[in-house]
Amino acid sequence: MSVRLVVVSHSEKIADGAVELAAQMAPDVQILAAGGTTDGRIGTSLEKVMEALDKAAGGDGTVVLADLGSAVMTAESAIEFAEETGGILLADAPLIEGLVAAAVAAQSGADAKGVKDAAEAVAAAFAGAGGAAAEPADHAASARQTAAPDAAGDFELVNRAGMHARPAAKIAGGISALDAEVTINGIDASSMTGLMTLAAGKGSVLRVEATGPDAEKAVEYVGGLVRSGFGEP
Amino acid sequence: MGLDTKWTLKWLELSAEAMKENRSRLIDLDRAIGDSDHGENMDRGFQAAMAKLADAPPETPAAALKMTAMALMSSVGGAAGPLYGTAFLRASTAIGDAADVEPSLLVDALEAALGGIVARGKAEPGDKTMVDAWTPAVEAARKAADDGGLPEEVLRAAADAAAAGAEATEPLVARKGRASYLGERSAGHRDPGAESSALILRAAAEAAL
Repeated sequence: MSVRLVVVSHSEKIADGAVELAAQMAPDVQILAAGGTTDGRIGTSLEKVMEALDKAAGGDGTVVLADLGSAVMTAESAIEFAEETGGILLADAPLIEGLVAAAVAAQSGADAKGVKDAAEAVAAAFAGAGGAAAEPADHAASARQTAAPDAAGDFELVNRAGMHARPAAKIAGGISALDAEVTINGIDASSMTGLMTLAAGKGSVLRVEATGPDAEKAVEYVGGLVRSGFGEP
Repeated sequence: MGLDTKWTLKWLELSAEAMKENRSRLIDLDRAIGDSDHGENMDRGFQAAMAKLADAPPETPAAALKMTAMALMSSVGGAAGPLYGTAFLRASTAIGDAADVEPSLLVDALEAALGGIVARGKAEPGDKTMVDAWTPAVEAARKAADDGGLPEEVLRAAADAAAAGAEATEPLVARKGRASYLGERSAGHRDPGAESSALILRAAAEAAL
């Protein structure tokens, strides 16, 4: 059993596509699409959202993600209409990135609050890395991995919970926006799922190695997050 | 007459008629400062409500309002759907299982509707939105009820105040909703949401005559 997700979009195709994308990263999480109006136009439908919330009920809680303005209003209204509003949370996060982070967190067994936080942490990471140029990786990227890294650092986890969904989402979110190949203990740092498989607890040391134009920035980014305990106790 | 289920259904029916009759006028208002779909959306929403109410005739005023809320939210599509839907839903909750809506309960229902619109849209009076019709309507209704007014008098006070409030949105610069993208250029046009709100409250008053 895990937290279930509901995707509210003005477009049926966007909602269905987002679900398809997230399901690939979180095969055991139930993710429901509620896109478009009942008659298939662009817009949002309370009926569709409520149907999705109904289907999602009975899990370990539900987290709702919505795209624009009135989709957020429709999602809020649906939560107000729902018979049992307990355990339904609306995440304030970018739809796609937030959904993927939420799905990965749900897959790893986070509770509803943890899943919502994972989605919202992505938004924070994006805002923080907003100024960094995200150039497409060049073909030499794979060749770089075998050579010595351009930058590296060792950082000890100081937060009580160690590496879990939210820190993994923060790291992966920020790293994705940088032009660097980054690994943490040999795992691709842009992969949230990968980072969580590290199962690194408090006191574990993370070896960060980065190659590429933003290598130093990437090591500093991860180091900063780890040293600050990801803002957690 | 008392404000019973029959009144509620008459109100909703007159609202649907008003949306149909004013469809192109609301579209014109919305074209000036929005995306010109308000008239069409409201007409479609109330037609959907009429269909639902005909399918399963409700037995209480609250049930009728709740069905309308569901229909509006599901079929309007734009922001007006959740806004009106929440308004009707909160009014329905305020009325509860009362078979006859007394003036003081009516004021509570109108106030709850306004509260729902504000909670959903986060607009304040003066933002050039439907809140500018509902706020004076609730105030006028409360005053009329406090003065011992009959239900139809309370409704008329609300309708008159809403109409005046809608008209008073003309010089305002929009601070919420689509029209706020226009900034100063939104001044000089009446807000379509305030206008449809005034029409709905007028229908409520007419249904009590």
